[in-house]
Amino acid sequence: MSGPRGRAMSTGEKLDTKVLGRLIGFVMKRYRFQIILVIVCIILAAWVQVQGSLFQRTLIDGYITPMVETGSKDFGPLAARLMQMAMIYGCGILANFIHQRTMIRVTQGTIEEIREQLFEHMEKLPIKYFDTHPHGEIMSIYTNDTDTLRQVISQSIPQFFNSLLTVVMVFISMITISIPLTLLAILMVFILQYILRKIMRQSGKYFMRQQNDLGKENGYIEEMMEGAKVVKVFNYESKAITHFNELNNNLRDSANKANKYANITGPVTNNIGNISYVMTAVIGSILVLGGFTKLTLGQLASFLALNKSFNMPFSQVAQQMNSVIMAMAGARRIFALLDEEPEVDEGKVTLVNAKIYPDGTVEESDYETSQWAWKHIHPDGSIELVPLKGDVRFHDVQFSYVPDKQILYDINLYAEPGQKLAFVGATGAGKTTMINLINRFYDVQSGSITYDGIDVKLIKKSDLRKSLGIVLQDTHLFTGSIEDNIKYARPDATHEEVVDAAKFANADSFIRHLENGYETQLSGDGSSLSQGQRQLLAIARAALANPPVLILDEATSSIDSRTEKLVQNGLDNLMRHRTTFVIAHRLSTIKNSHAIMVMDHGHIIERGNHKSLLEKKGIYYRLYTGDLEID
Amino acid sequence: MIKRLMAEIREYKGASIGAPLFMVGEVVMELSLPYIMSVIVDKGVGMGDMSVVYKYGLIMVICAFLSLFCGIMSGNLAAFAATGFVKNLREDMFANIQRFSFANIDKFSTSGLMTRLGTDATNVQNAFMMILRMCIRAPLTIIIAMIMTFRISPKLSRIFLVALVFLGCTLGYITTKTYGRFSKVFQQYDALNESVQENVTNIRVVKAYVKEDAETSKFKKAAKTLQGLFEKAESLIVLNGPIMSLTAYSCMIALSWFGAHLITGGELGTGQLMSMFTYTMNILMGLMMLSMIFVMLTMSAASAKRIVEVLEEKPSITNPENPVTEIKDGSIDLNHVGFGYYEGKDKEVLHDIDMHIKSGETIGIIGATGSGKSSLTLLLPRLYDVTEGEVMIGGRDVREYDLQALRDSVAMVLQKNVLFSGTIKDNLRWGNENATDEEMVDVCLKANVDDFIRSFPNGYDTFIEQGGANVSGGQKQRLCIARALLKKPKVLILDDSTSACDTATDQRIRTALKSTMPEVTKIIISQRISSIEDADRVLVLDNGSISGFDTPDNLLKTNAIYQEIYETQKKGDDDE
Repeated sequence: MSGPRGRAMSTGEKLDTKVLGRLIGFVMKRYRFQIILVIVCIILAAWVQVQGSLFQRTLIDGYITPMVETGSKDFGPLAARLMQMAMIYGCGILANFIHQRTMIRVTQGTIEEIREQLFEHMEKLPIKYFDTHPHGEIMSIYTNDTDTLRQVISQSIPQFFNSLLTVVMVFISMITISIPLTLLAILMVFILQYILRKIMRQSGKYFMRQQNDLGKENGYIEEMMEGAKVVKVFNYESKAITHFNELNNNLRDSANKANKYANITGPVTNNIGNISYVMTAVIGSILVLGGFTKLTLGQLASFLALNKSFNMPFSQVAQQMNSVIMAMAGARRIFALLDEEPEVDEGKVTLVNAKIYPDGTVEESDYETSQWAWKHIHPDGSIELVPLKGDVRFHDVQFSYVPDKQILYDINLYAEPGQKLAFVGATGAGKTTMINLINRFYDVQSGSITYDGIDVKLIKKSDLRKSLGIVLQDTHLFTGSIEDNIKYARPDATHEEVVDAAKFANADSFIRHLENGYETQLSGDGSSLSQGQRQLLAIARAALANPPVLILDEATSSIDSRTEKLVQNGLDNLMRHRTTFVIAHRLSTIKNSHAIMVMDHGHIIERGNHKSLLEKKGIYYRLYTGDLEID
Repeated sequence: MIKRLMAEIREYKGASIGAPLFMVGEVVMELSLPYIMSVIVDKGVGMGDMSVVYKYGLIMVICAFLSLFCGIMSGNLAAFAATGFVKNLREDMFANIQRFSFANIDKFSTSGLMTRLGTDATNVQNAFMMILRMCIRAPLTIIIAMIMTFRISPKLSRIFLVALVFLGCTLGYITTKTYGRFSKVFQQYDALNESVQENVTNIRVVKAYVKEDAETSKFKKAAKTLQGLFEKAESLIVLNGPIMSLTAYSCMIALSWFGAHLITGGELGTGQLMSMFTYTMNILMGLMMLSMIFVMLTMSAASAKRIVEVLEEKPSITNPENPVTEIKDGSIDLNHVGFGYYEGKDKEVLHDIDMHIKSGETIGIIGATGSGKSSLTLLLPRLYDVTEGEVMIGGRDVREYDLQALRDSVAMVLQKNVLFSGTIKDNLRWGNENATDEEMVDVCLKANVDDFIRSFPNGYDTFIEQGGANVSGGQKQRLCIARALLKKPKVLILDDSTSACDTATDQRIRTALKSTMPEVTKIIISQRISSIEDADRVLVLDNGSISGFDTPDNLLKTNAIYQEIYETQKKGDDDE
């Protein structure tokens, strides 16, 4: 659309034509035939609609008036004509039906395609994307943005097209009937548009303020609800109510104004249409009576009907315009996600089943053995098999998430197969970052990390991650049964293996006490289970995956001490004979580590085992004796 | 339910009545236009009488303007009434929620209450606006248009009766049928969104276990199912348009046929036939609107129900009749107290707690997580009521006191500390609205946080973000202690509220409290043995029962649990 109607009426935002073009391209590529069919149907339906209005003229001028004048009682010709009209109307209805039916297919198919592409692409994005975008924002792409897009594809765009066609056809028909009356109709449309635009600008302004006020009120409610105990302890209720009422009154004020303007668009459109109708009727009557132009009564009747069809599309376009603009803003966010650079994986070294002979020779195996090896194909074509052991080393590692804000400085460390390494230090010291680097959620900027002597950058990411087990501070479970969750890493595991893993993790007894045992369905991130129980499931999950290297990121930090004992036993089982990296808040859980690194602002400031660090009487000693805050 | 909601209209009754009245005016004026039009055509144009054209033309313009005026008034009043009504709803909900006890809040859940105050209230606002305008407009349009057509030609109006019955039946069928199908769609939609949400929050797990492809194929399957359900639901709804056209076009043809007969028979004017065409559209639009209203009202009825639930919820802890407003001193007596968050003896978290504390004593409480330490202290300011026995402060059952007076005398620094958005001063004033700067500095000195506050360029006027995001845990705890001290309480409860402070600071705070507030009963819950070592007496809780209540020295000799905790915590020191 161009001209004054092409501009946004309420938000003041411009229509993003680039995104619209891309969207149309997206739809056309998949539904070219259907779209052409729909366009044909719309043209047909619009034509039928105009024929309907014009028929009033034929009816009056061609049949009724002559019959009244001649006193003829022969209804045969009229019957024939009506049959013809019925056929035309039938075509219109059919066209309308086909259009609607086809559009469901196009809309739902497109939306489904977009959803699938979004999800598939999202799964490929690097962790950095999720760390830098609020989760609510990502979610709203799937919900709000696709929802508005669905409405716009199924309704607004066809209606736009329909309106445009109707206006053109009606305009041509009106001109053929009477030029002066057409000019009058155009004048009235301009007046209506002018007034509507003023109203919608006001309405849009207040709707934005309403959203703003609503956000403020919600924020206040949230704060008061979360601090409910404090509110009660300090007798703050009445003050909270006063403050809330203040915010609520602001909200009411903007909501009232926004709705007031929105409410009157209907009556204004209707009644300006009515005034246009009245003026056409009066001026038309004068024209018919005065005989200034050759206007018949039938023509006037048709023109009045056309006049209504002429006004309608303009108000429809005005009303749809806002949703189209909003939808395009949403589409822009959708395309932005789809354009996001996916995680690259240039690693060539893969993990294969292997047979390792006592003399140290390694041989690739095509059936499952319990031994694994890294398969390294060198540029010269020779194949090297390195047994998987779990030897992890950091060499002069430097890292920052954003430029100018270095997180890790010159980190050097080694973990030999089966060793337990612990990191302690304040929040932000860089502990979790170390772990992000081992499994390549992020890549080091300089220096290197080697795994069994191979630079992790050379290892295929999926194979690297398969060899690392991870238990995080917040246990994330998935919708499905408990059994499904435990065998998340190995969906082909047998029930016996699942039970063994659960027993191993000390989770079996609580699972058996649940009503449906291993078949208990979890939903909402396993919210029906306690924190400790979820933690045990995560440990069982890692146990079933049976990785040579284990990462525990604050795995026991939010559990009460009794459960912690249970969890700790499960963890101890899991850590045996495995290279393990532990981040812990409670120092009691890492006492038996082979090495403890005390981290501060990206540096390892102390390292050693529990005993030697205590003897050193440095930072670790002060942390352990409670002399220093860990925060 | 409707009665309860109606009571909330209050001062907006006038507007709520005015809006539909003006709507009646708008509809009547609007619908008289085609009728007057028929007079112009038949009496004016048909008879060649120009004066009739002018006269009725003027009347029509006046009608149109009146209709416009009524429409604007109705729109304004409806917005005024609906937003006002919902303002009242929100106000009363919030006020009632503030009276809720935690048992009440737990029943609804915090997010449940937020939804009710937010989305649900907005839904009701839109529904109410629609009731005031569209629910009047749609049926009235149909009725008046029917009357008009009946006046013009009773014979022709029979056509509409047939059309009405046909449309009413089909639209009604489609609406009810789709409603069921759409609720299935929404269920599947929720499930799909949940799986997205799950993948966004769990992305580290997904990637760590290399499950991207498996998750994608799972999602695609669900998305396909949703698409199928959606298409099925919409395939019915799209029949609305063609059915409307079918009815409208059928009416047109029938009107043309029978109208032509009547006109040639001299029973009907041409202009009257023209107005009949217009009324046809009015009636059909009215019906269409009605079916839309029906769908929207069913949807918002659920929201209205949830709101009424909040309004009608009775707070489980209320002020007694003739409350006592004076708390004598800080003595505390727990007489065989039993307590549980949920009904049932097996759900009890405290069993038969019987202990007596003198005013001014310092009491330590220690025990494993889940042993009932925090639950015990929640009973003192009556955040929960006992299920058995009684809690007495200053020699009287806490249930006899005025709630506000009781909570003013029992200061509590909670385990989960909360600061609110506002300056440090604003936060401190929660303790005492009229506190002077000197008083604030005084309590901050006692809480060992004055130095920290002064290290900010704006000092006491430094802004604290929501949840206290810009201060560290230890500093937050100390600010919360200062806030509680401002109340000048008779009983001070510190629930693990120095856990993030280093031992030296912890020690300084306790010394300050002891020396400056000797008359205040101090209850200190801690995981750290060093925090309670110098208390007058220590209560050892085990699984909701008293394991020991004696001086620290005696406990070390007699109580196994205390010994064990002491051993494990002092071990580090022994390693020296």
